Amino acid sequence: MSAGPARVSSWREARIVAIERLTPRVSAFSLQPEGPIPFRPGQHLDVRLTAPDGYQARRSYSIASAPERPEILELAIERLDDGEVSPFFHDVAEVGDAIEIRGPIGGHFIWTVADGGPLLLIGAGSGVAPLMAMVRHRAAAGSDVPAALLLAARTRAGAPYRAELDRLADETGLALTLALSREPEPGPREVGRRVDAGVVAAALGRLPAPPSHVFVCGSNAFVNVATDALAAAGVAASVIRTERYGG
Amino acid sequence: MATRGFTGRRTPSDAAARTPPGQALTDDFPVLSAGPTPKIDLASWRFALKVGPRTVKAWDWTAFNTLPMTRLTTDIHCVTTWSKLDTAWEGVAIDDLLADAGLAPPTGFTLAHGYDGYSTNVPAADLAGPKAMIAIRYDGAPLEPDHGGPARLLVPHLYLWKSAKWLNALQFTERDEAGFWELRGYHMYGDPWREQRYHDDP
Repeated sequence: MSAGPARVSSWREARIVAIERLTPRVSAFSLQPEGPIPFRPGQHLDVRLTAPDGYQARRSYSIASAPERPEILELAIERLDDGEVSPFFHDVAEVGDAIEIRGPIGGHFIWTVADGGPLLLIGAGSGVAPLMAMVRHRAAAGSDVPAALLLAARTRAGAPYRAELDRLADETGLALTLALSREPEPGPREVGRRVDAGVVAAALGRLPAPPSHVFVCGSNAFVNVATDALAAAGVAASVIRTERYGG
Repeated sequence: MATRGFTGRRTPSDAAARTPPGQALTDDFPVLSAGPTPKIDLASWRFALKVGPRTVKAWDWTAFNTLPMTRLTTDIHCVTTWSKLDTAWEGVAIDDLLADAGLAPPTGFTLAHGYDGYSTNVPAADLAGPKAMIAIRYDGAPLEPDHGGPARLLVPHLYLWKSAKWLNALQFTERDEAGFWELRGYHMYGDPWREQRYHDDP
């Protein structure tokens, strides 16, 4: 493979240097490319796997790590039982393995501290990945831009990055809410139900002013529920950016 | 470079010839859009054909539905690597739209515009003949909002981001002008068979 100042569309080798289980279904994979890959929070990488006979499969995964560390990029990958690529990552991949990546890709679902706020982030499950890059960047930059994050999951244990998000809430003033549809006894920073208009309105209420940037990431059904709730709360469509996955 | 331990899932050979490089077949119909899904009332729906800033002709929903309808069963390819075979669409061929407006393509370039502020560029030649339409029905039913309803552009031989959802205008432009994704790192043309995904793909 060629090194050097690669084009976005050039495939580069990257080594898996860490694997961390985030939830029973989501793990974080830290990738070290041959050289640093500068990126902006919210962008994604294409990943390519090659079988011995040359057959290739590729998928896009959002970068979850902060741009302040372009040498090692972290992807949060959910295991899809009927998937082709995610079971490889969960069942086969080990630290030291090499895969191919290219990127960073995406010029829309992006936020940096220079864009200001207030910032509202809404994600479901592994859809929190690009939002993690944003809140980690906000923390690393020492920004005091008002920010709220609403993360949906079925259970507390199924919420990726829960401990780190709690720490960011404690240390950086991130207004964190976990919407946990199957936790009958919600704790602090938790509500025991699905994301709906009321949950979104409550998250909006934790910002000092209406958001100037809203990012929503999850399944298409989840994004539609969240964006309908935002519209009902009077948030303009022009400030809402979405990233959808799944059918 | 073979990836240790990866075998992958092959596309059946009869479908493989119809699947562009780097794509995987799906039976689902994934939804990918950059913002909220607009809710568009048919009573207020308008579609305009423009040359530069000038509107040549505009149609409301009733008038648009009197135009000749074309059926097209075709394969579609999304840059996010899914392809879907044998999708069934119905709508107005661009040739029929131009004929109704009495317009011959005045330039070689167009921008398609959506209700959500989205835009994308498509060469006029790629809209000619049976290659493209403004689709209002999918799989025998009115096109759902998630998939671009009431009306979307359909240019199935290019990656699907060229098939603008929630279409409200088609505009001929003097030059090849980049649209929403083309300004954000994606290819100006977007041929799936040449894998023209990103701006610096050949």
